[in-house]
Amino acid sequence: MTKIEMNVNGRAASGEVEGRTLLSSFLRDELRLTGTHVGCDTSQCGACVVHVNGEAVKSCTMLAVEAAGSEVTTVEGMANADGSLSVIQQAFQDHHGLQCGFCTPGMVMSAAALLKENPKPSEAEVRDYLEGNICRCTGYHNIVKAIMAASGQDVAPVAAE
Amino acid sequence: MPKDGGIGASSKRREDVRFLTGAGNYTDDINIHGQAHVFFLRSDIAHGTITGIDTSAAQGMPGVVKIFTGADFEAVGGMPCGWQVTDKHGAPMQEPRHPILAHGKVRHVGEPIAAVVADTLEQARDAAEAISVEIDELPAVVDMKAAVASDNVKVHDDLTSNLCYDWGFVEENKAATDEAFKKAAHVTTLELVNNRLVANPMEPRVAVGDYARGTDESTLYTTSQNPHVIRLLMGAFVLGIPEHKLRVVAPDVGGGFGTKIFHYQEEAFCTFAAKACNRAVKWTSSRSEAFMSDAHGRDHVTKIELALDAENNFTAVRTETYANMGAYLSTFAPSIPTWLHGTLMAGNYKTPLIYVNVKAVFTNTVPVDAYRGAGRPEATFQLERVIDKAARELGVDPVELRRQNFITEFPYATPVAVEYDTGDYHATMDKVLELSDRAGFAARRAASEAKGKLRGFGINCFIEACGIAPSNLVGQLGARAGLYESATVRVNATGGLVVMTGSHSHGQGHETAFPQVIADMIGIDESMIEVVHGDTANTPMGMGTYGSRSIAVGGSAMVRATEKIIAKAKKIASHLLEASESDIELKDGAFSVAGTDKSVAWGDVTLAAYVPHNYPLEDIEPGLEETAFYDPSNFTYPAGAYTCEVEVDPATGEVSIERFASADDFGNVVNPMIVEGQVHGGIAQGIGQALLENCSYDENGQLLTASYMDYTMPRADNLPQMDHYVVDHSCQTPCTHNPLGVKGCGEAGAIGSPPTVINAIIDALQSGGHRVDHIDMPATPARVWAAMHG
Repeated sequence: MTKIEMNVNGRAASGEVEGRTLLSSFLRDELRLTGTHVGCDTSQCGACVVHVNGEAVKSCTMLAVEAAGSEVTTVEGMANADGSLSVIQQAFQDHHGLQCGFCTPGMVMSAAALLKENPKPSEAEVRDYLEGNICRCTGYHNIVKAIMAASGQDVAPVAAE
Repeated sequence: MPKDGGIGASSKRREDVRFLTGAGNYTDDINIHGQAHVFFLRSDIAHGTITGIDTSAAQGMPGVVKIFTGADFEAVGGMPCGWQVTDKHGAPMQEPRHPILAHGKVRHVGEPIAAVVADTLEQARDAAEAISVEIDELPAVVDMKAAVASDNVKVHDDLTSNLCYDWGFVEENKAATDEAFKKAAHVTTLELVNNRLVANPMEPRVAVGDYARGTDESTLYTTSQNPHVIRLLMGAFVLGIPEHKLRVVAPDVGGGFGTKIFHYQEEAFCTFAAKACNRAVKWTSSRSEAFMSDAHGRDHVTKIELALDAENNFTAVRTETYANMGAYLSTFAPSIPTWLHGTLMAGNYKTPLIYVNVKAVFTNTVPVDAYRGAGRPEATFQLERVIDKAARELGVDPVELRRQNFITEFPYATPVAVEYDTGDYHATMDKVLELSDRAGFAARRAASEAKGKLRGFGINCFIEACGIAPSNLVGQLGARAGLYESATVRVNATGGLVVMTGSHSHGQGHETAFPQVIADMIGIDESMIEVVHGDTANTPMGMGTYGSRSIAVGGSAMVRATEKIIAKAKKIASHLLEASESDIELKDGAFSVAGTDKSVAWGDVTLAAYVPHNYPLEDIEPGLEETAFYDPSNFTYPAGAYTCEVEVDPATGEVSIERFASADDFGNVVNPMIVEGQVHGGIAQGIGQALLENCSYDENGQLLTASYMDYTMPRADNLPQMDHYVVDHSCQTPCTHNPLGVKGCGEAGAIGSPPTVINAIIDALQSGGHRVDHIDMPATPARVWAAMHG
């Protein structure tokens, strides 16, 4: 077992892990940050995306020991300081960009990473960037819309009659 | 003006806040103090006789608590099947025993053989690797027609054959249907495959069993669409635990799509093992395990024939389908290719004679059961494909051929035993043609051709039977359950309400939509209403969520319970107002006496119910809590028309969806935003089936698609772009037999879209001079290219 320390969502965190312990397991099982989800075992689905030193990472594909000493942000650390939803989170609610909510943490983290490197992405760029995030509920339509809206671009409002 | 609350408003979903902040409570997020973990050792052989299981090396490994094999489950029941189909000769289907852990034989890759319970998952997995299993491998049978043609390989030695049942529907119509084909002016025939799919909710299944020795109570936390059904099946038929000693909790569930309806071995195992080990036992499926243990969907091989008279009226439909059951009968498997498929073969058309034959077949594959649409996508696909082919053979417009044969008068009794209450198929057709700008298609085709692409326009209509289902009817058809739904409405002293529903929300937004209905009925704010679901300990017996039934059946139960609440509240109000009960009106959250300015607020009445100082105690009890069970008198019949435009690259066979439009008739709509989201999701799964997804076995029964490396899930860039994609539900013919006039919207997209896409591809290929009548799904570039090159 190895003792590791890292900064998670602005707070110091530590724990004892095996060499084979994945970062996703450390976050979920040791730190009880269960917002990070695991939806596959081949690094395809993206439900486990977190930020490590500002970069989007699939936490099921990184060993916990590799993240030692890093700054890690999970979906639990994405809301505004007063607890209100961040711009991206609010856009997901406003545009119905989630249904069952299981892929949602990864989608939010990927969206944040995308908008950091490309603040005004085109629709095609959003769709291309989401290659590594699978959603089975929404058909992506409203996720794409939410991310475009969060970037300040005009999109059609949700259905109304 | 958009409404800002109540029925018809796009209220934002309240559940989103917890999901967006990582505060959801999914089953894998539940950890019980002292819990152990189980790892299942699964068969990597499709068919074989187990000659030995040696666990001795594993027993003493670190952390191992207990190792189980099939022998440990001899005293308990097998996995039950919830629907008995009767074959065309009146005999019951063949129903094999389905053990919790394999006993004697293994019958599909992924079947659990042994289970190791250990302190940690890693220890359990390490110990499982030390178990030695000896299996005499037998030839496997994967192809359905081969399984029926010969008994050389029998999946179950104690059954007479691999045929589960040979079902004819409606048997009395067979001779007349055959006669109609002899007299037909034209017959169109099509043979096709409805490809096997894996539902793939993003949350893999999880089960946590817990046991309290002090009270002898068992609790199962599980990823289920219907916790009461699991409690009933597992308690009564598998483990012999009475319902008052068994609690089943399905908390936040990360998608279901049908595959989380069923009762699975892992649920029974964890509940059983928790008692045997006297500590909680947790199982979390990996995605690879999910591919070989979640029930699969579809997998039909069909021949369909359509007879037309000289005026192109449909005179008869005749089908023969082989439906894969897999190695065992999953919970509702026998009903899918029969009562959820044969009964929909009239589609939107007034075909007078229909005969459907279905042969359900055992093979050495994972069990097959309901997946989004469940039987109805299979019915729609074959019918709409054969109509499209007929239009081409006859040289008529596929839109006009459909219109000519539309049912236009309602109620309409089909020749396949169901009665459509309402519909307007011309209206949805008109709408989708307008939305899709069919008039501008020729110019768009010319533009595609100018850049070397082929462009096709696909049209499709569909009908489905939702709001499942009238209990007395399904009982006659073999269901071993009722299909009502329940709701308890509890009004608190200060006026807030809690709805405890048997429906389950796993993405559908019940926590938001259900309060919209009650808010309208009483005239109070939605925020005063809370929905509780997913726990047998605090909700009335209910049947759960599938078959687009939640608002139509669960919502109706909630309406009935709320009506009882309002009736009692009016009695209390009449006492407080010293007026006749018949003069009391409820509007905007206040009770008033008709024709006067006397009124009393909702909160004053609810307070009086719990502080009954001034209260008609001689007439009514204190308190304000009512329960209703709603059993629908008919199915609901959502219907619609979809269009798709594809571009095909003739050099590679690659298909891209350029435009897509849907016009659905869901009857009344409670939350349009949620409804459109359901349609988007259904269409994405339908496009996935049409272009990308396929669950594939080799001839030895090895599963070739057991991960996301091999099974192609739709990604964001596989779907149509926003500017050329519209889903519409403005055509509304309300259901006539439920109180909300709703029909259900969960499955429509998955039913309506696959034939739309394939019809468009065929249209594109034909426009390029390729004489291609059909392409089986998924229409991958390789398949399309091969079809073009003969």
